[in-house]
Amino acid sequence: MKAHRNAPLFLVPMMLCACQYQHYQSDFGGAAVEDRQFLTLFWIFLGVCAFVYVLVVGFLIGGIVRQSRASEAKVVETGRHHESHPLMRSTFIGWATLIGAGLVGLAIASFFADRSMAEAARNAKLSVKVTGNQWWWDITYNSSDPSKTLRTANELHLPVGIPTHIQLQSNDVIHSFWVPSLAGKQDLIPGRDNDITIVPSRAGIFRGPCAEFCGLQHANMSLVVVVESYPDFIKWWDHQLQPAPQPTTSLALAGYHYVTTGPCSACHNIGGTPASGQAAPDLTHIASRKSLAAGMMPMNEGNLYGWVEDPQSLKPGSHMPTIGLEPDQLHGVVAYLETLK
Amino acid sequence: MILEPRFTDDLSGLPTSKFGPSSLTWWGILGYMLIEGVGFALMFFAYFYLMSHEQGWPPEGRLPPDLLAGTIFTIVILLSEIPNTLIKKAARAGDVATVRLLFPIMVAVGVVLLIIRGFEFNSLNCLWSDNAYASVIWTLLVLHAAHLGTDWADTVVLWALIMTPLGYEPRRLVDVDENSLYWRYVWLLWIPIYLLIYWVPRL
Amino acid sequence: MNRPEHVRKEDERLAKERETIARDGPQLTGDELRARLDRAWRRPPGIIGWLATVDHKEIGRRYIVTALVFLALGGALALVMRLQLAAPGRTIVGAERYDQLFSMHGSTMMYLFAVPVMEGVGVYFIPLMIGARSTAFPRLNAFSYFMYLFGGLMLWIAFILNMAPDVGWFEYTPLSGPQYSPGKHTDIWAQMVTYTEVAALAAAVVLVCTILKARAPGMTLGRMPIFAWAMLVVGFMIIFAMPAVALVTTVLLIPDRLVGTQFFNAAEHGDALLFQHMFWFFGHPEVYIIFLPATGFVSILTEAFCRRPIFGYPVVVLSLISTGILAFGLWVHHMFATGLPRVGYSFFTAASMSVSIPTGLQIFCWLATMWEGRPRFQVPMLYVIGFIITFVIGGLTGVMVAAVPLDLQLHDTYFVVAHLHYVLIGGAVFPLLGVLTYWYPKITGRMMDETIGKIGFWLLFIGFQITFFPMHLSGMLGMPRRVYTYPAGLGLEVPNLISTIGAFVLALAVGLFVINGILSLYRGAVAGPNPWGAATLEWAISSPPPVYNFEHVPVVESHTPLWDGGGDLPVVTGLRVDQKEMLLTTVLTATPDLREPVPEPSLWPFISACAVGIVFAASIFSAWAVAFGLIPCAIALTAWFWPKDMTRKPEPVIS
Repeated sequence: MKAHRNAPLFLVPMMLCACQYQHYQSDFGGAAVEDRQFLTLFWIFLGVCAFVYVLVVGFLIGGIVRQSRASEAKVVETGRHHESHPLMRSTFIGWATLIGAGLVGLAIASFFADRSMAEAARNAKLSVKVTGNQWWWDITYNSSDPSKTLRTANELHLPVGIPTHIQLQSNDVIHSFWVPSLAGKQDLIPGRDNDITIVPSRAGIFRGPCAEFCGLQHANMSLVVVVESYPDFIKWWDHQLQPAPQPTTSLALAGYHYVTTGPCSACHNIGGTPASGQAAPDLTHIASRKSLAAGMMPMNEGNLYGWVEDPQSLKPGSHMPTIGLEPDQLHGVVAYLETLK
Repeated sequence: MILEPRFTDDLSGLPTSKFGPSSLTWWGILGYMLIEGVGFALMFFAYFYLMSHEQGWPPEGRLPPDLLAGTIFTIVILLSEIPNTLIKKAARAGDVATVRLLFPIMVAVGVVLLIIRGFEFNSLNCLWSDNAYASVIWTLLVLHAAHLGTDWADTVVLWALIMTPLGYEPRRLVDVDENSLYWRYVWLLWIPIYLLIYWVPRL
Repeated sequence: MNRPEHVRKEDERLAKERETIARDGPQLTGDELRARLDRAWRRPPGIIGWLATVDHKEIGRRYIVTALVFLALGGALALVMRLQLAAPGRTIVGAERYDQLFSMHGSTMMYLFAVPVMEGVGVYFIPLMIGARSTAFPRLNAFSYFMYLFGGLMLWIAFILNMAPDVGWFEYTPLSGPQYSPGKHTDIWAQMVTYTEVAALAAAVVLVCTILKARAPGMTLGRMPIFAWAMLVVGFMIIFAMPAVALVTTVLLIPDRLVGTQFFNAAEHGDALLFQHMFWFFGHPEVYIIFLPATGFVSILTEAFCRRPIFGYPVVVLSLISTGILAFGLWVHHMFATGLPRVGYSFFTAASMSVSIPTGLQIFCWLATMWEGRPRFQVPMLYVIGFIITFVIGGLTGVMVAAVPLDLQLHDTYFVVAHLHYVLIGGAVFPLLGVLTYWYPKITGRMMDETIGKIGFWLLFIGFQITFFPMHLSGMLGMPRRVYTYPAGLGLEVPNLISTIGAFVLALAVGLFVINGILSLYRGAVAGPNPWGAATLEWAISSPPPVYNFEHVPVVESHTPLWDGGGDLPVVTGLRVDQKEMLLTTVLTATPDLREPVPEPSLWPFISACAVGIVFAASIFSAWAVAFGLIPCAIALTAWFWPKDMTRKPEPVIS
């Protein structure tokens, strides 16, 4: 039938785009143990399902082609419409057995995949808390040494090969933590504690969109995940623990004064400065991050200008207000933020 | 009819009303009871679901509802099954006079129950907006009160109808029979609700 | 019994009068009978008669037409969404409007199109297929339609006023709670659900009682058309599933928003997931409520166009029943990512997979029927073939998402969007369009154009695949559902553009179907009573059917009565012809049981629907509306049931 001629036509461009994009955000990424197990199970399911599909369509085509030759069909016109070929009954039993066996097989495969994911997730070495907010991610790295506890936002760093336990909570509505290239999703639900453990298996930069509709800017709530070697990860952590550098230029200094005493400080925290708000992303090392406004745009001077000047036109409904900065204030603020490497 | 009819049976001798599962409205009421029953079952689910997340029930060490009003209500509604059964039997026996005599009792019982229900709301020791526990017991009580009110209104209308000359039509007696059936359902529903509102918080 | 003297005298007088009532039979048949039945059954003309009608065919037709209008509206919303998503970062609509669009699309399709259209087809055809003159409770049936219409109107008027729901067709708390969803958007959604659930429940009771009690003599359960079985199972499913959504919206969510109850507020001992449990306890069976009638269509179309009874009738019936039961054990598979205990997940995985067994067996039965029969490839049969090719893909992806490790990746992505459209469009809309083509001559008396029908089918089939097949891939490339935009560079550009192109082909095909339907009203070839040579009772009467359906009540001796009788149709007689009367039979064996009066047309169902509708709408703004609104509702409902003529009749009449 037509579908068979169509299906390969669709598949070609699709497979091309699947391979093209280095799995920045893709189930085909296979960048963690979890996603690789997902992929193995997925191909098993796809194989079994494709086999069943071929059988169904084969039977269908058979029925269509065959009838043109049959002169003694068991139809009302021949008066034999209540008859039925004895073999059909056996075929039916065979079909039922096949479906049953196939499903049992798939269920067992699914069960073992689930078990082995749980197995890989045991003995987590690192603990991170991710809290969902409309529409950004609050991230805290826990450590037995309180001075090493680190708060950051919207960019998660994970070490290769180390099982990382991620606690998931929400401050407002339900969100869902999902980095397709690494693992399946897990919801962040207010009043509940969820968790997921990920064992990244290769370095890279990945993107994780919020996967549960969470309101107006659901589409612009994503997370950048940087998977790096353990030494790089530790280096990053130590750097992030540093307080914000002192501004050196006069422009940045003006920005510093505005940010740390003005309205920004009511919501944002900048380590080592008077700005200590907790309601919004931590800015201590914002310029070291790869993206701005929860994965919405790349971190660069132009985007910083745009975002600080008028967040409401870029991300309507966001909890960051458009203040209406004077041009010189804006220059200062951006200059200061750029120093927060 | 396009095909030529081949006449078989003549059904003009069939009755036009019967009690029980032969009656169409009996099935309609059964459907309605199923719908309501599923609704209440899900409310019970919600109750236990919320309870399962709590250390104490009621939470925050609140007082459970006072027993008096609810218990009186339970006794009255259980006793109301006596006139209810009598009415049902009379209806099935075609005894219109007895049905007419007993109907006011059921109407009065409904009034008494609705008054006690008012006191019940007053003895819950919480307001619906206090917390989820309060919300769920208020809602259970309101939903049951709604059934009580609906059935009471239904009983009043049926009483009026049974007092007219049409009261002698067999179909009206089927209505009476089915109204009694529904009343049984209303008090049967009350038993688990009573336990959930008044006794489970005391466990 | 101890009756007063004057009553006893009246009883005697009535008994004598009873002897004189005119009834059908060998002595009263043919044109004379038709004329007298027509006088007894016809409704008054004009707008009053239109509002007062209790004819299941009129009500069913209204249901179908209204639902198709909502299909078109919901489809138009989808086109706007597809334009917005055709490329990354487009700004045809903003986030706010887009959220309304997908919420309206889902709500319209699920609540205002899919379930009502299946019920509408059932309301129209079930009495015809089982040889009844009317549905049970025809006034309730009329009430049901008006409730449905008012719910749909409210939703769409709100959309025009920019007050449409904007947090999805599922409205998860706490996003839909008082804190995060200010304004009236969510309340409108929740009340619209209440209207349509009341309508659906009423229609379900009507259908179940009709199927159980109004079947033609001899139509035992084992001889019912498969579609009647499907609607029986669906009726029970509605009765068990719909209270959940009515409860969770009207009794839990609206009070949370309106009077400050705390069901879903975690800060006050409530729980956000309670909403999901209750919603999906309805939401999953809902899918089968839509799908099972469609399998009923497929079964009857396969029989009619393969020219033989279905292979494995008991298997198909048991499949319907077991699907209906299993559907209630699957709801948690919509919640695999919410962090419930793993052990529970394994159970729900197994249950979700096992539901594909009955469906798989049904597919075998259809294919075996084709294999043994001699299929005729007219338009309805093409839709059956398109159904199998398309639906099976949706079923198999359903098996995939039943597995927890797969679902955690695929859940809430475009993969699931693809899956659900394969199941709902491939599984339900294809058979629906097929069956509408099949039954069009019965409803209108004319055939739909075969050529336009075939072009329409191929456009629809190809357009569908172009639209939805690429969504499997966009989902696996990480595109979440319900996003108004997506960034460039993720590989999503090509599949999304293809989907958008396909959506317009699909829209063209639906447009062609509608045009065909309208043109054929005037130009279609005149259909005889049985243009397809089919076997079920609706084809034994003229097209369109007379208002009383059957002049004599038919008797059924097999599953395919019109194929197995000689040239005639056995009938029973003795129903009165001066008043509306129908025959009730016993539930299992369909033995004649009662003669039941059929209610006269009445305005009160319409007035009651208005009263109830106004209360629902007003309660969005104040809880007091419920208290005050009860009075007009009670008056209207009492007037509905109160006899309009207080004198006793020899046999009951519902005036």
